[in-house]
Amino acid sequence: MPDPTRRPSIARRLALVLVLLFAGGGIAVAVAALAYGRAAADRSYDQLLIGAANQIAAATTLRDGRVGVDIPLSAFELLALAPDDRVTYAVLGPEGELLTGYDNVLPPATEQTFFRGTIDGEPARFAVAKRRFAERAFSGTVRAIVGQTTQARTALTREITQNALILVGAVALLMAALAILAVRAGLKPLRRIEEGLMSRTPRDLTPIDLAVPREVGGLVDAINRFMGRLDRQIDTMKVLIADASHQLRTPVAAIRAQAELAAEETDPRRRAQIVERIHRRSINLSRLTDQLLSHAMIIHRAEATAPEKLDLRRVAMRAVDEMDQDPALQGSSILLELPEEPVPATGDALSLSEACKNLIGNALRHGLPPVSVRVGPTPGGAEIAVRDEGPGPPEGEWADAGRRFASRSGVSAGSAGLGLAIVHSVAQAHGGALSFRRPPEGGFEAAISIRTPEEGAP
Amino acid sequence: MKPPFIPAMALVLACGTALATPVPEAVAHFGAAEPARRLLIRSTTDIAAFAPVLELFARTEPGLGIDYEQWASNDLYERAAQACAERKDAADLLISSSVDQLVKLVNDGCAQVHRSEATAALPAGLNWRDEIFGITREPAVIVYNRTFVPPAEAPQTRFDLIDLLRPAESRYVGRVATYDIEASGLGYLFAFVDSQQATTFGSLLEAFGRSGAIATCCSAEIIDGVADGSFVMAYNVLGSYALSRAAQNPDLAVVAPQDYTLVLSRAAMIPKDAANPQDGTALVDFLLSAPGRVALQDSNLIIETLADEDDLVVRQIPLSPVLLLGLDREKRARFLDRWHATFPPG
Repeated sequence: MPDPTRRPSIARRLALVLVLLFAGGGIAVAVAALAYGRAAADRSYDQLLIGAANQIAAATTLRDGRVGVDIPLSAFELLALAPDDRVTYAVLGPEGELLTGYDNVLPPATEQTFFRGTIDGEPARFAVAKRRFAERAFSGTVRAIVGQTTQARTALTREITQNALILVGAVALLMAALAILAVRAGLKPLRRIEEGLMSRTPRDLTPIDLAVPREVGGLVDAINRFMGRLDRQIDTMKVLIADASHQLRTPVAAIRAQAELAAEETDPRRRAQIVERIHRRSINLSRLTDQLLSHAMIIHRAEATAPEKLDLRRVAMRAVDEMDQDPALQGSSILLELPEEPVPATGDALSLSEACKNLIGNALRHGLPPVSVRVGPTPGGAEIAVRDEGPGPPEGEWADAGRRFASRSGVSAGSAGLGLAIVHSVAQAHGGALSFRRPPEGGFEAAISIRTPEEGAP
Repeated sequence: MKPPFIPAMALVLACGTALATPVPEAVAHFGAAEPARRLLIRSTTDIAAFAPVLELFARTEPGLGIDYEQWASNDLYERAAQACAERKDAADLLISSSVDQLVKLVNDGCAQVHRSEATAALPAGLNWRDEIFGITREPAVIVYNRTFVPPAEAPQTRFDLIDLLRPAESRYVGRVATYDIEASGLGYLFAFVDSQQATTFGSLLEAFGRSGAIATCCSAEIIDGVADGSFVMAYNVLGSYALSRAAQNPDLAVVAPQDYTLVLSRAAMIPKDAANPQDGTALVDFLLSAPGRVALQDSNLIIETLADEDDLVVRQIPLSPVLLLGLDREKRARFLDRWHATFPPG
């Protein structure tokens, strides 16, 4: 079992995804906020710049054929709204000559209203306003250029970006909190199931009966199916153990009694007879043990093995082959009646062939030769049938024949009485049945029918 | 006539060089005689007024020798601008009452940043870019001589002054003085700010013109004139000098105009090429500290309470790029033209 502390945590995985999401989103928002903040700051301070430039341009006048500028105080007051920024300005005549202001202000190369530059190496933003004179004495365009360093813009950009990021961060935290709550709520049904299972007695394998959401319903169904299977297997096991103890106790006790007799017997002839009886009973005991184990195995397989597609003809051939090799049955002849076409079926080949062998064994022991094995399709699937020429058991016993140890209690000379019970279990596991009939041509026939699952069904 | 002409020539030559490279009006030394560190201050403040403050500072900084140069405001600006352009011979600290000129130096990138608790505590109008700091508080006042001005005629506002000067037969014709704004940077600043503050300035100029008022230089001379009776009244005189003189001369009366009173904070800045900026900043912080402010108050450089301050409309001249407007070439030319219409040059 994996160390519980090293199990992957949904919460941690979710946290990782959220962190990645928020980091990615945060970077995107930061970039966007920075761009937006810069644009907003530029727009607001550009208004001040162009306002100042326009006021200066508007203050240009013609006096005696010469352009004069009487810069209004308000132009500088506008600029001073960016409190810590250095300013520069120049008013240029038509030929680019300096009318007043700083001589290091260069007009832009193109006809832009706003442009970027520097004031003594410090980054700055400039605005140009024009005033066109068309008079007798003077004709031309006067340009007022106003520049300002960008401290206030940078500060405003930072403020806007910062506020946006604080907001995004708060939203991210809120979302994370909501996500944690959502995960908790989502995992609650699981915890309820866990508590339900933990509080059960070890023997309680009844289905879980909890109202759970649809997403968890599948899990609950799977658990219930699994517990059902477990329950059936435990039942089978209980029955097996009960059977085995019941079945084994008598022959073992008998053998022990015989052995005690043999130990006390002094007459060598009678002693040899007792030993012979012990031997016979031992053989029966060993067959019984085989059958018990085989029964257990077959029932286990029927429960546990995934069914596969198979050809029933092969199952019959294998059963007959193995019976032929049994030294106890040497000399008996078994007929195989197989169709040309394969007989498809779905099931467990091993348990089917064991069941078939049981039927053949019964026919050889209790019926009359010849024994024949027939395979063929039926309307709902396929069947394997074993027929002999004897009369078979009376019809009144047919219904009970499949039940465990129904035929005879205790151990018979030839059979442990488990044979038909095994066949019955196998047939049931294959969704079919064990059936008996007297065919019109005479004799007795026992058949295992197998239901073929519908196409597409699991 | 010829022999006396030669020294006259020499004087002209000396003046010629003085025009090319301005020189201080006076120098003084404070602190250690053989100092480990030297602090060069160029200032417009009179040595006599500033000496107690500097002596106090020198005592807190053993091993520091302070070279104090007293300059005329326009010369100081020219010298500083030249040092800034040539990047040599800069002072360690500049102090000027012509704050517009210092603001221009800051705007032109000639100052270095100084941030401290003291500078951070300054209000916005007294600290621009952490490069220029207002260190004093000095109102622009009207000074008159009580012997020549009866109490009933003593002006309380500019309107009173205008009314006093308007009559053609006024006793004050030719006897009212103010700064020659061409010669005095501070005078120009006060006059220019006056012109921006109120329309009264036009009437005042007209009244000055009609009454033959006299524009002259500088604070000390003007107050001397009022004290000795050459003038009976002076307008826009720096309150610090006026109060100092009035304390010794009971004839002198000082009035803070009640329509509005301009208040100047003398500014200090550290040139970017200062050789010893550490002591420069230390002096700035000292001037802004409690002991420094007390010393400045004792020298009448910080005048916290003017008479009947509650009635006064105080107009602080803020350290801001708005002051650059007065230094605009065209603006200045126009303003001087207007001034010269009242006070003909020469």
